[in-house]
Amino acid sequence: MSTMSDPFSFTAGAVESSYVGNLGEAFRRYGEQNDDVLLISPDLGAGPVTGAFVQQFPERFIDAGIAECNAMSMAAGMATYGYKVFVLQMGAFGALKCAEQIRADIAFTQVPVRILSAWSGLAMGFFGTTHHAVEDIAITRAIPGLTVLAPADDNAATAMLSASEQVRGPVFIRLTDANVNPVYDSPPEIILGRFGCVREGSDGTIIGTGLGAQLAAGAAALLAREGLSIRVLDAYSLKPLDEAAVVDAARETGAILTVEEHLVTGGLGSAVGEILARNGLGVQFSIHGIPDETLTVGMPEELYAHYGLTIEETAQRMRALLAGKR
Amino acid sequence: MSQSRAKPADNNSAHNELPRLRPIAAGALQERARQLRLDILDVISHAPMGHFSSSLSCAEILVTLYHHVLRLRKGDPGWEDRDRFLLGKGHVAVALWPLFAELEFFPQSWLQTFGQLGSRLTDHPDMHRAPGVDFSSGSLGHNLSVGLGMALAARRRGKDHRIYVLLGDGEIHEGQVWEAVMAAAHYKAGNLVAIVDANGSCADGPTQSVMGIEPLTDRFSSFGWHCIEVDGHDSGALMRAFAEAMQFAEQPVCVVARTLKGKGISFMEESPREWHLGALNGADLERARSEIREAKQ
Repeated sequence: MSTMSDPFSFTAGAVESSYVGNLGEAFRRYGEQNDDVLLISPDLGAGPVTGAFVQQFPERFIDAGIAECNAMSMAAGMATYGYKVFVLQMGAFGALKCAEQIRADIAFTQVPVRILSAWSGLAMGFFGTTHHAVEDIAITRAIPGLTVLAPADDNAATAMLSASEQVRGPVFIRLTDANVNPVYDSPPEIILGRFGCVREGSDGTIIGTGLGAQLAAGAAALLAREGLSIRVLDAYSLKPLDEAAVVDAARETGAILTVEEHLVTGGLGSAVGEILARNGLGVQFSIHGIPDETLTVGMPEELYAHYGLTIEETAQRMRALLAGKR
Repeated sequence: MSQSRAKPADNNSAHNELPRLRPIAAGALQERARQLRLDILDVISHAPMGHFSSSLSCAEILVTLYHHVLRLRKGDPGWEDRDRFLLGKGHVAVALWPLFAELEFFPQSWLQTFGQLGSRLTDHPDMHRAPGVDFSSGSLGHNLSVGLGMALAARRRGKDHRIYVLLGDGEIHEGQVWEAVMAAAHYKAGNLVAIVDANGSCADGPTQSVMGIEPLTDRFSSFGWHCIEVDGHDSGALMRAFAEAMQFAEQPVCVVARTLKGKGISFMEESPREWHLGALNGADLERARSEIREAKQ
């Protein structure tokens, strides 16, 4: 039987992807409450994240056509007129193709542009290696003046819209498509430069971002059944980072595992490693992410299994780390 | 150097307002362009190096904009209702600084700091350092997109602002320029004017041999722009072109200004590539000054 596919259902059937509908509604409401919210996107506006907004406020949506760099620089120009300009980009073609537009036109200039980086990580994995967006944390956290947020799930994503109000300059919001193990029942409080403490623990700490936070929470619950007390930190604020939370976790639990849907190069794990080294904290430490190699292609849940981005594998990595600690 | 901002007295009053197309004779603009060329040499003389030949090619364009076309307020670079000017070819910021000092956007004394460590007056313009810079540039190909964003935002705010973007002819090799050209026509940005400083030279050689850009006007026209081609060293022709550009409410306009790289200094006109970036000292500097002073307009 043949089926017609919604052009934006990139991951339909691949993961239990319910969050997008809520974020779409939250964005529509945010637009309703803020007349100065504009959206610009390269041929992606009608998709699930912004479709409801576009439908209600078609005159506040500027379609840039399939020209990502132009979209990014136009957003910068529009923001100089006091608009809150959101750019909806596909992960692979936002942070990577437009890294320089983000740096020169948005971050250096400190214009209030909010980049919604959707379909990040392996969400578009079926379509080819070109569509993986697993270098974007490394790129964006290296850009001075850019705030980088990464919600763990749907509720966290909706909270990021109002949380970005805390920032006068630009914000990059890395949206995960995964809904493996939602972390929050309701939109959490987001404090810039802080990690969310999802679970207290004393035997070790798992710090996750995006899907990684979902896996961290799931793994800690598994390990609790084995009598292990694992702290879980949600690294939703990637720039600025929560240095104090990392230092406390190292001193109080003695072992840190990081988890991210991103290369092990330059992402959350690298950032946490820098903090540990800077503070002279020689604790058990491991980075769980995607290997620094040419990646394979497949549906997201197959890729998560292939690269061990599962609750079970995360728990196993933590067990191994704690074995080394003893 | 001091990080304090220029604070000219009474800088918010309407009597400092400089209206669009304010009367000035073409000959007076030519004379101001001559002075700007001398100022460019002076400003660069304070720095280890500077962009000579491509600054000299756009002297008449910049003078015509800042002394005739743009609606501005003297001493008030952040005035909300000013027209905007973006320097796509950011490497000629040195040509803006004397104009901005004259408009009292900052003190004349700043000119002597050009290119020095910590100076607000940099080789490429930075909107957070130098008052009067409407948007930073430095990476070629971005500013037409930024200008288009401003044009659409101004229209949305109900402002009659006009946005001008100066592009180098080598800059239009950048693909993003053509993304913006396409989008500006699509969105009928009649308040956007691009000026191409077609000085015919890139770093590697003549623009047309490095990467052909001709026929320039046909290319912009085919994307839906109104094009006006002029001698970019003829202030009268530039005045007429900018006046004509204001007639198009729903169509962006491109002024293709045919210019000479190094204009006004014979040894730079002969070797524009060698004088793209450099330092000018001693007898060479004096020779350059006297050629500019003695040139017939």
